[in-house]
Amino acid sequence: MVATAVTGIATPLKFPLFSGFQRSSRSLQLRMSQKAGHGVITGKLELRPPPYPLDALEPHMSRSTFEYHWGKHHRAYVDNLNKQIAGTELTGKTLEDVIVATYNSGNLLPPFNNAAQVWNHDFFWESMKPGGGGKPSGELLDLINRDFGSFEEFAKEFKTAAATQFGSGWAWLVYKDEDKKLAVVQSPNAVNPLVWDYVPLLTVDVWEHAYYLDYQNRRPDYLSIFMENLVSWDAVTSRLESVKAGSA
Amino acid sequence: MALRNLLIRKTLATPPLGILGFRSLKTFSLPDLPYDYGALEPAISGEIMQLHHQKHHQTYITNYNKALEQLDDAMSKGDASTIVKLQSAIKFNGGGHVNHSIFWKNLAPVREGGGEPPKGSLGWAIDNNFGSLEALIQEMNAEGAALQGSGWVWLGADKELKHLVVESTENQDPLVTKGPSLIPLLGIDVWEHAYYLQYKNVRPDYLKNIWKVMNWKYASDVYDKECPES
Repeated sequence: MVATAVTGIATPLKFPLFSGFQRSSRSLQLRMSQKAGHGVITGKLELRPPPYPLDALEPHMSRSTFEYHWGKHHRAYVDNLNKQIAGTELTGKTLEDVIVATYNSGNLLPPFNNAAQVWNHDFFWESMKPGGGGKPSGELLDLINRDFGSFEEFAKEFKTAAATQFGSGWAWLVYKDEDKKLAVVQSPNAVNPLVWDYVPLLTVDVWEHAYYLDYQNRRPDYLSIFMENLVSWDAVTSRLESVKAGSA
Repeated sequence: MALRNLLIRKTLATPPLGILGFRSLKTFSLPDLPYDYGALEPAISGEIMQLHHQKHHQTYITNYNKALEQLDDAMSKGDASTIVKLQSAIKFNGGGHVNHSIFWKNLAPVREGGGEPPKGSLGWAIDNNFGSLEALIQEMNAEGAALQGSGWVWLGADKELKHLVVESTENQDPLVTKGPSLIPLLGIDVWEHAYYLQYKNVRPDYLKNIWKVMNWKYASDVYDKECPES
């Protein structure tokens, strides 16, 4: 048990204080491939598959959607990022560092969109699982109750954030280290909470390409199905554990 | 004098009934398409046209009307912060209505002249500003393909500077947000809902094909009206 026991206070759940935290890193250095005979080191990120077969989330998210969303969109972000950073200093960094560096305090540099979208989509596939949905339990549920009032309130706030993100973007459940609380945030286009120094715990993609083949304009239906049938609370829980443990 | 000012202020502050009479809020409704849903095939599928018109455009109008009613209410109560807070909903949804109303007129079935290159003063202005129609199309397609997220790419006429421009706007921002003297001649919707069911992720193919149903006659009429030759 990581949570410290504090007596005599109304909110006994507390995270141990730590000055920073490490997220799972996808070090580009680890994936560098050397071109034989040229002596040039090329850092190439690879497209990670979702942690389940492409038809595993049917009927809620179709195989066809995955073929395009993962097979085309996500793949293009990876390929285009590799092209953009080849031969630059960004190849020596982790993907998270590339995202923060190219966010450039809001004055986006060209690789940002691709870098962030590579990360966002990895995170999104891992936020879902076959037979997902339902409610979390244990400490995660306690924290949700503490910071949102109830699970139902959280679900409503999350779906509202996702439904009202105008244009393309994402909705997130995050942990905010600054006030040690869970929160729901929304972000436009490729932006993600790493740039605000929050810890992402769960996301849903509300770019139209994420739901158009299965739901057309009916984004609220997509979001309800996502909450009821797709959310991987296992993934959210283990991300929360990583935060508490202060390690990747 | 003071009494007259008081009466005017009171009138503005207390609709609907005042010295100026009954003031009612004008709301908006979905304009009809000037052609059948399937009339733009194969460039744009009937399925997309129907969803785009009946669902997306209608939703912008519904939400625009709602925001305008809330604005009307806030204005009559003098609720300054709500008035400001409503501006983004008005820009999103009102912009969506404005932009799509233009878009339906920008397109025409081939048998009604869709795709026929512009002649007259607009044709001449395009050659002057871009070198050729092909060059303009290439520039608009490049800008449309490069747009991150959702938005529009426009051919606009600058009334002040008297030249044509290619501009893109994000989300549902109308062209005028890029310059108060800009008049939209043609807009291409590059939100994914405009092409996804047919072209999937291949936005460049949508951009290549939409020119086959481009209503240059409409663009020319607007250009002649807004930028008449002196």
